[in-house]
Amino acid sequence: MSELDIAGQPPLSLEISQYIRKTRGGKIKTATKSRSDHAIKITIFVLLTLTIYGFATFNYKNVDIAKALAGTWSNIKVLFGQPKLTYGTWGGSLKALFVTFSLGALATIFGAIIAFFGSLLCAKNIANSFVANITKSFVAFIRAVPTILWVLIFTVAAGLGSVAAVIGLTFHSAGYLIKAYAESIEEMDEGTIEALKASGASFWQIVFQAILPSSISRMTAWTFLRFEINFTNALAVGAAAGVGGIGFDLYMAGNHYFDLRELGFITYIVVAAVILLEMIATKIKATVR
Amino acid sequence: MPILEFKNVSKIYNNTTKALTDISFSVSEGEFVSIIGPSGSGKSTILRCINRLVDATQGSIIFDGHDIKQADKKEIRQVRKKAGMIFQHYNLVDRLSVIENVLHGRLGYKSVISGVIGHYTEAEKEKAFQILAMLGLTEQAYKRCDELSGGQKQRVGIARSLMQEPRLILCDEPIASLDPSSSKIIMDYLSNINETMKITCIANLHQVDVALRYAKRIIGITAGQIVYDGPPEKLTKAKIYDIYQSDEGELITDVK
Amino acid sequence: MDQTQEKAPRPQDQTSVFVTRKRTFTLAFLGVALIFVISAVATDYEVIGGLESIPKAVVWMARHFIPDAKAWSRLPYILSKLSETALVSVAVTVCAAICAFFFSLPGTKTTKTAPWIARIVRIIAAFFRNVPDIVWAILLLFSFGENILTGFFALFFATFGMLTRTFIETIDEVSASCVEALYATGATSLQTVFNGVIPSSLPEIVSWVLYMIETNIRSSTLIGMLTATGIGYLFDLYYKRMDYSSASLVVISIVILVIAIEILSNKIRKVIM
Ligand SMILES: Nc1ncnc2c1ncn2[C@@H]1O[C@H](COP(=O)(O)OP(=O)(O)OP(=O)(O)O)[C@@H](O)[C@H]1O
Ligand SMILES: [Mg+2]
Repeated sequence: MSELDIAGQPPLSLEISQYIRKTRGGKIKTATKSRSDHAIKITIFVLLTLTIYGFATFNYKNVDIAKALAGTWSNIKVLFGQPKLTYGTWGGSLKALFVTFSLGALATIFGAIIAFFGSLLCAKNIANSFVANITKSFVAFIRAVPTILWVLIFTVAAGLGSVAAVIGLTFHSAGYLIKAYAESIEEMDEGTIEALKASGASFWQIVFQAILPSSISRMTAWTFLRFEINFTNALAVGAAAGVGGIGFDLYMAGNHYFDLRELGFITYIVVAAVILLEMIATKIKATVR
Repeated sequence: MPILEFKNVSKIYNNTTKALTDISFSVSEGEFVSIIGPSGSGKSTILRCINRLVDATQGSIIFDGHDIKQADKKEIRQVRKKAGMIFQHYNLVDRLSVIENVLHGRLGYKSVISGVIGHYTEAEKEKAFQILAMLGLTEQAYKRCDELSGGQKQRVGIARSLMQEPRLILCDEPIASLDPSSSKIIMDYLSNINETMKITCIANLHQVDVALRYAKRIIGITAGQIVYDGPPEKLTKAKIYDIYQSDEGELITDVK
Repeated sequence: MDQTQEKAPRPQDQTSVFVTRKRTFTLAFLGVALIFVISAVATDYEVIGGLESIPKAVVWMARHFIPDAKAWSRLPYILSKLSETALVSVAVTVCAAICAFFFSLPGTKTTKTAPWIARIVRIIAAFFRNVPDIVWAILLLFSFGENILTGFFALFFATFGMLTRTFIETIDEVSASCVEALYATGATSLQTVFNGVIPSSLPEIVSWVLYMIETNIRSSTLIGMLTATGIGYLFDLYYKRMDYSSASLVVISIVILVIAIEILSNKIRKVIM
């Protein structure tokens, strides 16, 4: 055991010592500073600084936080503990839920169609890099505008209603799915496309005979995941832009009737729907992986 | 006096999978034991019962005079300190430096706080360098572990366990992910550590030829039961066939 | 589908593959078409009107949705609101990430907590994730009123739920192996978390935080409309006044911010991963 005894160990030989790095304080260094660790540290530092700066400069309008939090807590208890419909009906809520589903579905279908062609322009293994870059920049621009703003812009341009909501939601769906589809296409075997090209197949033949069959299952999974997101977005857009669906019911219950119980009831319906979608999405994800 | 003793140990996972059935053996100080057996026979389970990564269902395991089945949290820590472990996939913290990974071997000795902030004494750091030098890794000390080759990673794993000043080293398929020449280097180091430092070694091995060459004693298990326990010389072709059942026995008949 | 089979010169096989594939595609197509029709009816969606509206909207945007001199004079105010929204998004994400990290630990396999504790963690995370942020916003409006904290807490809850689940998955994926080794040395759970879990999962975590900041900027624009704070409120204000040129400048500033953040995060991600 004496060999490993720390207290009585012999001094380090010269040969070893030449590899030892010391800190300014003369202690032996243990960590290495890689570029990545450095970047992580800086990123965290900047984010923390921004957070603190934010909290210091926000305009809190003299809200009594303790009181507001206590109030919120009792409101949460009413909301989740005593849900009750006063203004709406079961049937009406379910119909509104269905409308929200439908808005999400329409946006997903349109988004998927656009994204299918968009991804062909984007995927590294089949697209020309110039076109791909232009498409990607365009997608980045579309994605940068919050969905709600697209909806409102189209509301003025095309009139209020489901058209504006669906188009607004479609924009983001297309942007998201283009990226996802392109990745699915990029994952496919290089050799297949090469071989088909060599055999003189046309571009569309390659797309429908090779690319689509091999990436369709991943694409389907992504599309469903997007549907899940679109449902929540349709909800939010319904509330903020007043385009209908169960999101609008939420808004009315809270901001018009000021009825926590009504809000609670609708929330339960919404949460049940979201959980259902999440469960299906998890299943689909598992089968595709 | 044996350093380790298994008395009628059984392990059943999740009330369903029988991994070990009535295992008994004892290991004396300084031995180099190799456990061989087909995949799923329970080799890893035996090692994990020793340092309580897995709790045995029945029987008792005496390590260094203490029954580790009765050990509470604090005593488990003591047991783990004295039993180093080496893994097939090295299990290093890839993004930390080699020296940091080696120093992790001291965590069992530290107060929670100084372990959390990673405070090590100069003596410990020097010790770590000495161990690295012994394993031919001095030049790699400040490299990140993900920059190392498999053989080097495994040597870091050995260094980490030596840093614990262990009485026993448990090796769970230490060379299963390595090429032949790295495997030889690792096995030579282990056998050297066993001989010069008198640290007891228990190694699970897939390669019967390696086990025969390095171990002074072989334990063969099949389906959670010991079917052979003795010196390598007495391990006949038929016994190997017994351990591995059917095909696998034929694969390794060229050994003897 | 099996590609090697396609290339192989086996005509009978090929036709049968094509036939089944055609049938599946036809069925899928009909299914989607059915969903489309039902959805269009349910939402009174006009297909033709929808298609027509896009060129109309482009023309309208080109004519009205362009910043004019008046709009540019509002730029400093717009930027101040934009920075408020950006700061809220960062603050929310950072706070939620810190809470979610420590909250997720008992939900991971790395801390060896009892299974029922892990279950509770997952259920709580699911609760916060599945209650949409606008519900939180509407609820918080009751007590907090139109305040920056309304949006802060609404986004906090949603982000917390989302990140907790993500962190559980990430941590279990990245640090399982080194965690086992650290426990084997006799380290305590806390020591293992700081020496194994954090170093190995930090890059992934930072990457998720950056992604959530990006997402939260968009979400907080929407929430801001409900809570009358930040850039969302400003857009709403100009929009309702029909001051579309100012509104367009708001949109442009958001686009630039989001794209800048996206480019920056991608750069950071490349270095840290
Ligand atoms: N955590 C666990 N939960 C449930 N069953 C387990 C667990 N770990 C191991 N088992 C089962 O116990 C049996 C023995 O496993 P063990 O890992 O000890 O085998 P092994 O001999 O090490 O195999 P290998 O050579 O493949 O590593 C196997 O049937 C395995 O499926
Ligand atoms: Mg094993």
